[in-house]
Amino acid sequence: MKDDVENREDRVANLKGLGCSRKRVEDARFTQGKGNYVDDIKLDGMIFGDFVRSPYAHARIKSIDASAALEVPGVLAVLTAKDLEPLGLHWMPTLAGDKQMVLADGKVLFQGQEVAFVVAEDRYAAADGIELVEVDYEELPVIVDPFEALKSDVVLREDLVAEDGSLPDGAHGPRKHANHIFTWEAGDKDPTEEVIANAEVVAEESMYYHRTHPCPLETCGCVASMDKVNGKLTLWGTFQAPHAIRTVVSLISGIEEHNIRVISPDIGGGFGNKVGAYPGYVCSVVASIVTGKPVKWIEDRMDNLMTTAFARDYWMTGKISATKEGKITGLHCHVTADHGGFDACADPTKFPAGFMNICTGSYDIPTAYLAVDGVYTNKAPGGVSYRCSFRVTEAVYFIERMIEVLAIELNMDAAELRRVNFIRKEQFPYTAALGWEYDSGDYHTAWEKALKAVDYEGLRAEQAQRIADFKAGKTRSLMGIGLSFFTEIVGAGPVKNCDILGLGMFDSCEIRIHPTGSAIARLGTISQGQGHATTFAQILASEIGLPADSITIEEGDTDTAPYGLGTYGSRSTPVAGAATAMAGRKIRAKAQMIAAYLLEVHDNDVEFDVDRFVVKGAPERFKTMKEIAFAAYNQAIPGIEPGLEAVSYYDPPNMTYPFGAYVCVMDIDVDTGVTDIRRFYALDDCGTRINPMIIEGQVHGGLTEALAVAMGQEIAYDDMGNVKTGTLMDFFLPTAWEVPNYETDYTVTPSPHHPIGAKGVGESPHVGGVPAFSNAVHDAFRAFGLRHTNMPHDHWRIWRTAHELGLHA
Amino acid sequence: MIPAAFEYHRPKDLDGVLSLLTEHGDEARVMAGGHSLIPMMKLRMADVPHLIDLQDVAGLTGISHSDNTIRLGAMVTQHDIIGDAKLAERAPILREAALQIADPQVRYMGTVGGNVANGDPGNDMPGLMQCLDAVFTLVGPEGTRDVPARDFYEAAYMTAREDDEVLTAVTIPVPRGGYAYEKQKRKIGDYATAAAAVQIVKDGGTCTAASIAMTNLSDTPVYSDAAGAALIGTSLDDAARAAAVAAMLGDIDPTEDNRGPVAFKIHVAGVILNRAIERAWARA
Ligand SMILES: Cc1cc2nc3c(=O)[nH]c(=O)nc-3n(C[C@H](O)[C@H](O)[C@H](O)COP(=O)(O)OP(=O)(O)OC[C@H]3O[C@@H](n4cnc5c(N)ncnc54)[C@H](O)[C@@H]3O)c2cc1C
Repeated sequence: MKDDVENREDRVANLKGLGCSRKRVEDARFTQGKGNYVDDIKLDGMIFGDFVRSPYAHARIKSIDASAALEVPGVLAVLTAKDLEPLGLHWMPTLAGDKQMVLADGKVLFQGQEVAFVVAEDRYAAADGIELVEVDYEELPVIVDPFEALKSDVVLREDLVAEDGSLPDGAHGPRKHANHIFTWEAGDKDPTEEVIANAEVVAEESMYYHRTHPCPLETCGCVASMDKVNGKLTLWGTFQAPHAIRTVVSLISGIEEHNIRVISPDIGGGFGNKVGAYPGYVCSVVASIVTGKPVKWIEDRMDNLMTTAFARDYWMTGKISATKEGKITGLHCHVTADHGGFDACADPTKFPAGFMNICTGSYDIPTAYLAVDGVYTNKAPGGVSYRCSFRVTEAVYFIERMIEVLAIELNMDAAELRRVNFIRKEQFPYTAALGWEYDSGDYHTAWEKALKAVDYEGLRAEQAQRIADFKAGKTRSLMGIGLSFFTEIVGAGPVKNCDILGLGMFDSCEIRIHPTGSAIARLGTISQGQGHATTFAQILASEIGLPADSITIEEGDTDTAPYGLGTYGSRSTPVAGAATAMAGRKIRAKAQMIAAYLLEVHDNDVEFDVDRFVVKGAPERFKTMKEIAFAAYNQAIPGIEPGLEAVSYYDPPNMTYPFGAYVCVMDIDVDTGVTDIRRFYALDDCGTRINPMIIEGQVHGGLTEALAVAMGQEIAYDDMGNVKTGTLMDFFLPTAWEVPNYETDYTVTPSPHHPIGAKGVGESPHVGGVPAFSNAVHDAFRAFGLRHTNMPHDHWRIWRTAHELGLHA
Repeated sequence: MIPAAFEYHRPKDLDGVLSLLTEHGDEARVMAGGHSLIPMMKLRMADVPHLIDLQDVAGLTGISHSDNTIRLGAMVTQHDIIGDAKLAERAPILREAALQIADPQVRYMGTVGGNVANGDPGNDMPGLMQCLDAVFTLVGPEGTRDVPARDFYEAAYMTAREDDEVLTAVTIPVPRGGYAYEKQKRKIGDYATAAAAVQIVKDGGTCTAASIAMTNLSDTPVYSDAAGAALIGTSLDDAARAAAVAAMLGDIDPTEDNRGPVAFKIHVAGVILNRAIERAWARA
């Protein structure tokens, strides 16, 4: 065996470690329909629960009569707030420090709100029972506009007004109005206002980032099973953060945490929708405790779109100042944030507007100020980060639109304006005016590469010709070049400033090497399609020298996985990926001692080489990791415990800051508003690239969701608070047909503080994609005087823009 | 999304269907592909205690050709239409339209009969059949009768068909001249923002016959006699097309929905019709 030193390249390839486009190990089961999702879980005696939901957006509940429903064969119980109240479970805490009704307690605040929970032997009986629950509503005035909410004397949340009419502070400080939730500020107000007041050039714009929804293919759901014999509660569900759910369930139910087991099985997409805690979970748990039977609750598509966590709904007003040459001097941003009836945003506690203060973007802006006002309205609660880190999509959209508006004001090319304002390579680590310390970046190189790849000059020449042809009546089609340069802030996060409900946002990995040289690693995160079982094994393969194919990755079972804060905000690779590498290094350190013992040399006389420890200067003398693993369990080694295991809890020193440069080329039919995305180029820099194929897949997916949001996807309400887009007929979910061809590209600027230099990529394409699509629409009309028009850019809104610009005359 | 309980019937022949319809009255409804009816039942907007599946009923399938007419059995699917070579040759507008309906999965199930009987203004085939001057054959307890597509639609979901009648076939005169089915939609699987069906006969440089119908721009399909008439006798110059568009706009009555406001729909209807006319003329 010893003389059989295969060549090093082959040994590296055999590991399928970092940088390898390893096929996703998950896909074997997903593509054969063998996944195990929550709705696949079937337990003996399992019963079903579903909600009576409010048809009104704002109403008082005068009475609930469940007697007819209880007559339906198979209906077992109908729970209302009155039943939950003795348990203290008629309200529950939200992730944002507010509380939310589990079941309507006297009134409803949004259409679709949970009013009663019908428990039945099967879904059909539950559905029939729901029809027969009679709820007597008294309609109240509806507010769907946050600006109106701040003026109105209609109080949405009487529970937050003291008896004497005064307003106690909310979770994030003083409140200005009964419908006001918080004001959150970052940066320096007075200096920023002064810079802007005295600037040579100022551009101002207001924009609405419309409400939308993550709409994962699998809706939310759970199965709760209370075993009355041993007092243990098992809760399977679509949880992006199973450990956090366990802790929350324990805190609100009083069941000790060791008696709760939360399991996230396969999850069919989350995109933020599955971070929060929903009334369905609480009601299922209660129903299981009451009946002693397992209870399943699964949302249907309309429930999901109408009631579980929306995204965005930010009204943003900006001022950006610059010198005549285009050097940006200051940025001012105000946001009126529509949070719906309860503040259930999923953000780290100290950041009620998420990381909106990344809104200075990729630019060296010396002075900036941000203020965000959160407001209650009669809409569904939520406010999650739909495929982005906390509110980063809003921030990037804001700055990338402001840059375009400033370019118009300066009469300057928008690519050039970006170039002159980028943070320069040598400025990293760079502390932005709103507080963040960007870890690394090389924006100019990425930008040049992107512009060259698309032949930017050539595109502009073609566009000029198109405009001339349009003016000459030779064509009715305009061409837009959509630019976007984004900086993400992901990997939440350092425990010193990032927690959710007091839970620090570290993450974890626990590794066990088996005697024959294979391994299992468990993490505190949970894949929802990101391919963790594939990529985390690759990180480990490179760290411990065992083939990725011999490493099982397991997540999602709180009884077996180490504590972690879950998967969202592109945090898995930056945080749990780092924990994986660090745990791997602990394994390696012990392996080194074992190898030295076996090779009869001093610990420092062996060094790691791909899959083995070698005696320095004598490469023919080595022990493979496989051999070391066997020895670790089966050989008595003086001074060393048997076994080969490690665990690491990783508290990241900083966030990571992936970035990228996107260009979208779009043709627009001025007469119908129909758009055709002719080209989309996406350059991503996510630091060290673990699996290029998975990166490309993530980029394609993120861009497709960006396309959806920019071009048509919205949760729209009418004045009565009715959801107008509650089915997939009206809620735009692109299919292969609508999706353009994507060209992907990359640069590599590793994170200096991450053990393997990786930054995270799952959300970048969404964050950068939305402004690229939107800017393309704006750019097409720039020559005709358009400054800004709100998304989504569906046919009729584009048509309206053309119409208002006089292009139909 | 669970329908109320219903009884499922699967008769083998038309007599069986008719007797079930007679027996259960307005508690019974026939189902063809189910791709309009089942969603309505799941939303509990349609309550159908007795569902009569037409899948096994003899005599409702098949496309047959005679010299001057084409007969489509009610259970012919949109997929069948797309795949039928002879049909594509004799009445290519049917294929062009069917390809713009829904998506392949829906088209495997959705039928001609269901599409025209449904009475939803969003369905594409009613307008198409009005353009082609189709005749619908209805069979009921009183016997068989034929109703022209142009007389069939009364209001949204209200048609000339009696509750106890089954639509068994759609017969069209073999279309002549150039054709176009032009549809604007937001995405695959969407109903039309506006759609136009056009058949035009050209003789020399002159239009000798023209038939125009519009979809999803009123609570029924709109056959615009005046729009067609505006083209006849012209060489389809800009003025003639503008006159046809103006005439059509006088016949439609769109409402606002998520696809857009009325002004937009009117504008798009004009653009779509103009394009359809140009395309049909180029093929004539
Ligand atoms: C996602 C989606 C997208 C769609 N997009 C489009 C589109 O773009 N354009 C379009 O035109 N359609 C569209 N449809 C509808 C689809 O084409 C249906 O096939 C069609 O509307 C109805 O056909 P069906 O055979 O499914 O009818 P069913 O749903 O079975 O029946 C519809 C109605 O007609 C009645 N009926 C059916 N057959 C008969 C008969 N022989 N005699 C009397 N009454 C009968 C039924 O009782 C029912 O009231 C879409 C459907 C879906 C689900």
